[in-house]
Amino acid sequence: MDNTRPLRALIKGGVRAGWPVCIGYFPLGLAFGILAQKSGLSLLEIGLMSAVVFAGSSQFIAVSMLNSGISPPFIILTTFMVNLRHVLMSSSLAIYLRESSRKFLVPYAYGVTDESFAINLARFRDSDWHRYEALTVNQVANAAWVVSTVIGGYGGQFIPAGFLGIDYALSAMFICLLVYQLRGRIYVITAIVSGSLAVSLSLLVPGNTYVVVASLLGATAGFALLKIARRKQEGYGQN
Amino acid sequence: MVRTDYLLLILGMGLVTYIPRWFPLFFLAKRRLPLWFVEWLDLVPVAILSALIFPDLFTADGPHRLVRLFQARSLVALPTFLFALKTRSLGGTVMVGMVLFWLAEKLFQG
Repeated sequence: MDNTRPLRALIKGGVRAGWPVCIGYFPLGLAFGILAQKSGLSLLEIGLMSAVVFAGSSQFIAVSMLNSGISPPFIILTTFMVNLRHVLMSSSLAIYLRESSRKFLVPYAYGVTDESFAINLARFRDSDWHRYEALTVNQVANAAWVVSTVIGGYGGQFIPAGFLGIDYALSAMFICLLVYQLRGRIYVITAIVSGSLAVSLSLLVPGNTYVVVASLLGATAGFALLKIARRKQEGYGQN
Repeated sequence: MVRTDYLLLILGMGLVTYIPRWFPLFFLAKRRLPLWFVEWLDLVPVAILSALIFPDLFTADGPHRLVRLFQARSLVALPTFLFALKTRSLGGTVMVGMVLFWLAEKLFQG
């Protein structure tokens, strides 16, 4: 990694890569803020939860569980299950963060989300992405999340639903992030296997554990195919 | 105003969310990983992303989740996908996807 670029340039690079995430977070954040406010959370509590937890889907689940009067230990357990998928993301990122100190990893880990993970991973792989650029992506996304949830709690009901197709922002972003990952036939096959498994499992299993199960199975299926294909090639080579 | 029970809940949620994010970074970043594991990990991101996006595009929420292959979300996904493939621009793809979805919703409603 080069250390020649000044910090300002690195932060600029991170912001340039991270702004689409902010757009994607806004409708979600507003929706969460509205829901949380209706469930009786104060603005400060909404902001604090977004800042401390920073995990959209589990925050939605937590607030709806609070509404149903479910006790905090159970909510915390559910949060753990929902966010366990980050283990896979951090494992993939770890390869590119070899040269960073463990001190750097403490704030970095905090910002690992579905979105920042996918952006940073693609950049690490395809460019000389600096860890500070990656950290900036995490932090601008975090800021957008906190701000949008608080705005939602303050007066999100005044923003018309479906405003300019903003509900599709995250979907479009994930489509592009998926495209970045399609670097060959084996990746396309893995995507189709994992995606189809996720659709099937999502019908059967409540909650979003299907993401973890489908991605583990999908990646393993892709890996097995890769091995088989390689063995075949080697076999032909010897004959 | 932050009530104590809510504060404890938020801190608990924060802790159990932080640990899975931090643990692999802390333990894997400094270790030499076996080749098979690196090759397997290389396939994990594409698997996660499609596991996130496929149900979003091809199922519909309701009292029960249903498979719905043809709906505004999935139909808009095709041109959005092609745009992303062609331009590789994240911001552009987000914009194009939003506008197309907005138009599609108008058409479906109209």
